[in-house]
Amino acid sequence: MNEAVIPSAALPKGPFGLRRNLLPAVLFLAFALAPLAVAFGADPFFQSILIRIMIFAIAAISLDLILGFGGMVSLGHAAFIGIGAYAVGILASHGIEEAHVQLPITLAVASLFALVTGAISLRTKGVYFIMITLAFAQMIMFFATSLSAYGGDDGLTIWTRSQVFGSDILGNRTIFYYVTFAVMLGCYLLCRAMVVSRFGRVLRGSKENPVRMEAIGFSPYRFQLAAYVIAGMMCSLAGFLLANQAEFVSPAYMSWQRSGELLIMVILGGLGSLHGAVIGAAALLLLEEGLAGFTEHWKIILGPLLVLVALFLRQGILGLLTGKKNND
Amino acid sequence: MSTTLLVVQTLNGLQFGILLFLIAAGLTLVFGVMDFVNLAHGVQYMIGAYLAATFTALTGNFLWGLLLALPTALVVGIILEVLVFRHLYERDHLSQVLATFGVILFLNEAVKLIWGAAPLGVPVPEMLSGNVVLMDGVLYPVYRLVIIGAGLAVALLLYFGVNHTRVGMLVRAGASNPRMVSALGVNIGRLFMIVFGFGAMLAGFAGIMVAPILSVEPGMGDNLLILAMVVIVIGGIGSIRGAFIAALLIGLVDTLGRSFFGDLLRLFMPAATASQTGRAIAPMLIYILMAAVLFFRPAGLFPARR
Repeated sequence: MNEAVIPSAALPKGPFGLRRNLLPAVLFLAFALAPLAVAFGADPFFQSILIRIMIFAIAAISLDLILGFGGMVSLGHAAFIGIGAYAVGILASHGIEEAHVQLPITLAVASLFALVTGAISLRTKGVYFIMITLAFAQMIMFFATSLSAYGGDDGLTIWTRSQVFGSDILGNRTIFYYVTFAVMLGCYLLCRAMVVSRFGRVLRGSKENPVRMEAIGFSPYRFQLAAYVIAGMMCSLAGFLLANQAEFVSPAYMSWQRSGELLIMVILGGLGSLHGAVIGAAALLLLEEGLAGFTEHWKIILGPLLVLVALFLRQGILGLLTGKKNND
Repeated sequence: MSTTLLVVQTLNGLQFGILLFLIAAGLTLVFGVMDFVNLAHGVQYMIGAYLAATFTALTGNFLWGLLLALPTALVVGIILEVLVFRHLYERDHLSQVLATFGVILFLNEAVKLIWGAAPLGVPVPEMLSGNVVLMDGVLYPVYRLVIIGAGLAVALLLYFGVNHTRVGMLVRAGASNPRMVSALGVNIGRLFMIVFGFGAMLAGFAGIMVAPILSVEPGMGDNLLILAMVVIVIGGIGSIRGAFIAALLIGLVDTLGRSFFGDLLRLFMPAATASQTGRAIAPMLIYILMAAVLFFRPAGLFPARR
């Protein structure tokens, strides 16, 4: 398990180094400038897709933090999207629409859920960890399904987007775009800073060799748990934004297929680089959109494509872009 | 709660557990022997059901449908193994997750293309379509009893095969230490193919058997896959015995929990709250059970690999 070796050059080692930073810089610049294309006459629907991509990129970045750097394969990460989305939905249905109230509650619930489930899950290893994270996500999904006051299985329509000190500026598509962009960039930079810090080194060390980490006096469990909680909180932000974009929440946000998709975004983009997660989210969602426009049965093309990626592109799309050969 | 309902639901739970065992048996071996995360195991079950529907419709006889569908399910499993899975045994779990997820997408959609998105029905074979009287006024469909019987027979056969044949010995050895088995000169590639094909056939068999009582539709295997995963994790990966016990446990807890958990809570709280809490918690029971088992025994009840 966890034999996936991170190519050391893909690790962001410091704030300097043009070559290493070129790809993420181009990537984020493209996202920053994309609304201009709409201003110059591109289909506004394109902007909605980009917002969706950025929201899932946030979730994928947070998953990459624990997966690529901590070696924790979670098949229940979508639970946090659901927590974020339901926090908005439930609070809004009670008339609490202020973002500065909703956000702290979202983060508090997500961190509590991550702390409890992480504390139990991290007792297990390998496949058992995959399955127990899945179990917790299923539990909270069924819990959401049973909330008949909040739509149950059918989901919950959000009538008002989160308000920022009384104004509805998130209703403006361009402003919402840049808010999402800022959250994505913030999460990315935070994760980058974390993985090169002492905390990140211990986390990576715990992935490579937990026994040795213990021998030199660290407790991998505590570092892994902290990373798990941070990732969960970050992912709940994606849920918060998703609820505001879709103006709808449903238990399906937390289904295991959703968690699987998040895993696939990270693997597809390239594990353990953070910006790879953004590329993966963009690639998967654009593929879905593109193929869906081409044929109703687009999954019949996407499926084999994923198989081919798994068989031949060991470092994901990022490996293709940087031309790195895999030699494990 | 009435005794009648309890008896009927216990039998339903047993039947569900047996079904889960048929799917989980192959999965736990593939997991245990090859350390291979096969998310696509659920679609093998779905394909079994579709094959049964097609062959039954073609021949007009469920038994012929079963006899034709079973080897076809085996062939489909082996084709998948040769084309995709065998190239992934040496790879990490993440590549396996990615590839098998792709296979799920492909086969679910392929089934939709071939058979259409509308659910298919398979008639219950006429000979087995009646009810039996279990006790005064309690009727139970014969066909469900047949499923229980067939599942138990397969379990026995599997027990014999795994514990008293040469291939079974290799499988057990493979589950506890595959490298050693390979070092002792066993053609591990062929062993893997046998295990994989057999596991696919068992999942297909489960699909065939339930085709007459469930609607056959695309994606029907997805949720069952997760339940089968829960079963093998509780039982301990690689352990057939563990899978059997855990499957019955999950089948009973899920079925009985959904019908009686609310009633049970009524002993402690007001009726309205009890039924609402019961409805909320009942679907979660098996996952709570699994989390609890893993909390106390992080490698399941009967871990095969030491």
